[in-house]
Amino acid sequence: MNASLTSKFIEVQRVDQTFKTAKGLFPALRGIDLTIAKGEFVALIGHSGCGKSTLLNLIAGLTTPTSGALLCANKEIKGPGPERAVVFQNHSLLPWLTCFDNVYLAVERVFGRTESKAQLRERTDAALALVGLTHAAQKRPGEISGGMKQRVGIARALSMEPQVLLMDEPFGALDALTRAKLQDELLEIVARTQSTVVMVTHDVDEAVLLSDKIVMMTNGPAATIGEVLQVDIPRPRSRVELAEDPVYLQCRKAVIDFLYTRQGHVEKVA
Amino acid sequence: MVSAVFHSPLDSASPEAIKSIAGNAPSTGAAKPLAAQATAAAASATAAPQRRDWAALSRSFWMAVLPPACGLGLLLGIWALVSATTGQSIPGPAETWQQAVTIFSDPFYRNGPNDQGVGWNVLASLERVAIGFGLAAVVGIPAGFVIGRFTFLSRMFNPLISLLRPVSPLAWLPIGLLVFKGANPAAIWTIFICSIWPMIINTAVGVQRVPQDYMNVARVLNLSEWKIATTILFPSVLPYMLTGVRLAVGTAWLVIVAAEMLTGGVGIGFWVWDEWNNLNVKNILIAIFVIGIVGLLLEYALVKLATAFTFEEVKA
Repeated sequence: MNASLTSKFIEVQRVDQTFKTAKGLFPALRGIDLTIAKGEFVALIGHSGCGKSTLLNLIAGLTTPTSGALLCANKEIKGPGPERAVVFQNHSLLPWLTCFDNVYLAVERVFGRTESKAQLRERTDAALALVGLTHAAQKRPGEISGGMKQRVGIARALSMEPQVLLMDEPFGALDALTRAKLQDELLEIVARTQSTVVMVTHDVDEAVLLSDKIVMMTNGPAATIGEVLQVDIPRPRSRVELAEDPVYLQCRKAVIDFLYTRQGHVEKVA
Repeated sequence: MVSAVFHSPLDSASPEAIKSIAGNAPSTGAAKPLAAQATAAAASATAAPQRRDWAALSRSFWMAVLPPACGLGLLLGIWALVSATTGQSIPGPAETWQQAVTIFSDPFYRNGPNDQGVGWNVLASLERVAIGFGLAAVVGIPAGFVIGRFTFLSRMFNPLISLLRPVSPLAWLPIGLLVFKGANPAAIWTIFICSIWPMIINTAVGVQRVPQDYMNVARVLNLSEWKIATTILFPSVLPYMLTGVRLAVGTAWLVIVAAEMLTGGVGIGFWVWDEWNNLNVKNILIAIFVIGIVGLLLEYALVKLATAFTFEEVKA
């Protein structure tokens, strides 16, 4: 954590989101207020269907709120843009492009106007090296494992040097060992790049291990923020040492308590 | 004992006996021929698993070859039967084959505009299909992209397509003759009309079915419409588009025969009609086979093309 944490970077102000469905209006989110500082790692946690991904999509600009406002760096979020990179739950790589080309597509879009082809290629190689996939650069997504695809997705997002990295359950589809490895890599990358990260997860350990702040959401419909927990564990964090850290255990207990005791059934807390 | 073994090699006791003979054989000259046969028997006994492999292989070979051969045989049988019962007014397979051999010994002759070799006729038909189909692709595929991409255009053109698609392409032939004032362009026009619908519809459906994930990537990256079209839409639509192309070529090949019967000139359809006027039924039968085989080859080539361009779907 550093001094810049106090500044407002992403602001979500009284946001409501209502979806039109076949059965009528469905209120997904109600009265969301959230401030995220630059360089902060925020986890959104809650039960399935509580609107975590909806909130992330709002910040990404993929959807627009029914009411309320979202600001990024004091500018209204009007639509998606490369300054807010998204790592999708299912990696969303283009199957007809090699890993290199998938990343290059993003690099070219962001830096294509100002930099030479060689520089763009260098950036792409660097992003793939960052996630340890230099050897798979010329493979297509169909030829690599799920964990590797997710790493390419992360490389693509990081290669754009985004102001904000938005991750929608990035490790949800992976096995426990691969997930742990990628979490460690992500910690390292975020420490190096000082990125602002918003990550949707439903894994309590992942949330506590990675984030500075855990935003716990109440059950939908009309979900809202139930509680915000500051995770005051110094970085760099080590998975092994944290296992016995009292602050870690305390945070973990607080989240579990919120999720399973207070949000075990549908009700409003805040 | 030796003779006993020789006469009953399949006896239960025989394998050991054979071995003992084989072992002893070189010592006695008289036993040599027997020993040779005995070792052969022993060798075949050890080779049994291999032979079973071979048997399985030959069985799968026959399963691949025999049913189609039976189908073909059935066709020839029914044909011969029909030919026999109609008193040779429909020629039998053998005579038709002989006629085919004469025709295909010189497929590219020219004795004036109405008497040309079967090769020229097929090529003339293929040329019309290629031109009509090519024009339809040039118009239909971009139209499909645009209709699939923009909801307004899709709603605008869907009623028109639904109305015009069920119309038999031949109904357009008089319009073609009227507008183009010639048999050949009219035939090409008919091919154009019949092959444009599958291409528009399949391309549009392909564009509408581009996975939302890919479109989200495009939106997050803020890609230009051109970049979206070339790097995301086109590759993911390609399999759908090729299905459209395949259907279009199939229809075009069906329609060209009928169109040429009406327009005349050179072409396989005209050739069929001409031979009917000559009452040369053998040539009509040959034409039916030629049309079938050419259609089969077109279909096969396009299926190969489609599989080459279909990307394996990525599953997480």
